[in-house]
Amino acid sequence: MANIMIRQADSGGLVFYLPKRDLEASIESIEFDSPEKWGGELKLDNGGAYYIDPIAKPARLPISLRAKRLGAAED
Amino acid sequence: MTTLSREETEALIAEVLEVYPEKAQKDRKKHLAVNDPSVEQSKKCITSNRKSLPGVMTIRGCAYAGSKGVVWGPIKDMIHISHGPVGCGQYSRAGRRNYYVGTTGINSFGTMNFTSDFQEKDIVFGGDKKLAKLIEEVEQLFPLHNGISVQSECPIGLIGDDIESVSKKATTVINKPVIPVRCEGFRGVSQSLGHHIANDAIRDWVLDKRDGQPYESTPYDVAIIGDYNIGGDAWATRILLEEMGLRVVAQWSGDGTLAEMMNTPKVKLNLLHCYRSMNYISRHMEEKYGIPYMEYNFFGPTKIIESLRKIAAFFDDSVKEKTEAVIARYQPMMDAIIAKYKPRLEGKKVMLYVGGLRPRHVIGAYEDLGMEVIGTGYEFAHNDDYDRTIKEMGDATLLYDDVTGFELEEFVKKLKPDMVGSGIKEKYIFQKMGIPLRQMHSWDYSGPYHGYDGFAIFARDMDIALSNPTFKNLTPPWKKVEAEEVKKAA
Repeated sequence: MANIMIRQADSGGLVFYLPKRDLEASIESIEFDSPEKWGGELKLDNGGAYYIDPIAKPARLPISLRAKRLGAAED
Repeated sequence: MTTLSREETEALIAEVLEVYPEKAQKDRKKHLAVNDPSVEQSKKCITSNRKSLPGVMTIRGCAYAGSKGVVWGPIKDMIHISHGPVGCGQYSRAGRRNYYVGTTGINSFGTMNFTSDFQEKDIVFGGDKKLAKLIEEVEQLFPLHNGISVQSECPIGLIGDDIESVSKKATTVINKPVIPVRCEGFRGVSQSLGHHIANDAIRDWVLDKRDGQPYESTPYDVAIIGDYNIGGDAWATRILLEEMGLRVVAQWSGDGTLAEMMNTPKVKLNLLHCYRSMNYISRHMEEKYGIPYMEYNFFGPTKIIESLRKIAAFFDDSVKEKTEAVIARYQPMMDAIIAKYKPRLEGKKVMLYVGGLRPRHVIGAYEDLGMEVIGTGYEFAHNDDYDRTIKEMGDATLLYDDVTGFELEEFVKKLKPDMVGSGIKEKYIFQKMGIPLRQMHSWDYSGPYHGYDGFAIFARDMDIALSNPTFKNLTPPWKKVEAEEVKKAA
């Protein structure tokens, strides 16, 4: 489990940030994206994948969350 | 010389790497790349923020340098104690030229060195008592300071001193913030982690201390984040922002104070210049206080105009109008500078190797002068820095991450730039090779380089370096005669 932060990118998409490793990547897909259920598996553009427990869609980004890494560590 | 093609640059990298043993070669190869502006992600072409290889000459600093030297050090009304042996503080004292207004030793302490000067007995028995006594003495000798930060050097972490408890006790005794910073030099691979640790310490110990207190804010409050006032940079920036009709509440951290930092959560927009060293606190403020942050670039008129308009877009029409007026007012001055220096500098080639934001931010300023950056690299960047750099650099230019002394020398020998922009450690090597060098860490004791006023100085400095007659006279007269005779004979 690691603390991560999700923020809105200027271009409109979501950006994933992992402070511990200073890793910044854009989120390519998010498993659930509806007002009442938001989160699940996040696919990053660097090939990594993380899982966050689905929550109600946050009213404001950025938001810090706990995430689980799926698969091997990426660069 | 002509610009190299992609294949030639790749061949150059391979050639330079040949001297290394196989394993080192494999590792270093990942850190060197030929730029391709179409690549979206730097990760595909260059690796960064990795441990330097043992045995090579790296130019990196340590976490203490990142915290005390970069982020905390310029805060002028605080006393920053270099807790540990005397050398770390003394050899880095005032070297970064973070200018400030104030009376040194009375209410400002920027150029002074405070250290606990660890001796053998402090290593054996612990230095906590010494630190407590030191804080007491500091309070007595310098009663007008507004706070103390304890910047740990390596031994503090190694012997496990509890500086947090000492700081907590001292806070109640002197009734001023005493902030322990766990920035031991051995942490991380470069000064980059020191920046992060320092940002986290500010977040935990400073930022929220005035939350909920009344504050007279205006809709035009901004903070300058990540400008260390090297040679007066932050002042040159501040003038422009104030002319735009904005109110600069805080300067982080060049010529900054503790109170400014505590007031920063009340601003409307954070203006982030050095992304690498202060993105952490900007991200935190964005999440906690909902303050957006914006990266900007105040090197060279093209980028300044771009940035000013981008900043103005956050505010109402009165700011936008003033911004256009500012741009129009300075334009004749910029045209005059470019008219004067561009003919002298046009077509000259530059290689950069610095840290933080400069390897990409100054490219625009060089281009305004008609110069070309043919190679750039960072000491301690991460992937996100290279993501931004790739867009700025031309096709088939050279990128080098944490370049070793040997590699940089070889690259310069092969690429033959007209000028190198790097630090003091490289300066005399390249000048002896006959290539002018400007220190881009400390602006070579000149500056400021930010803003319109800074560009005038930047252009003059580049001209001074390139037009220096010394470099034509590197061959002594007696050798010159021989060379001519050889030519005649041939």
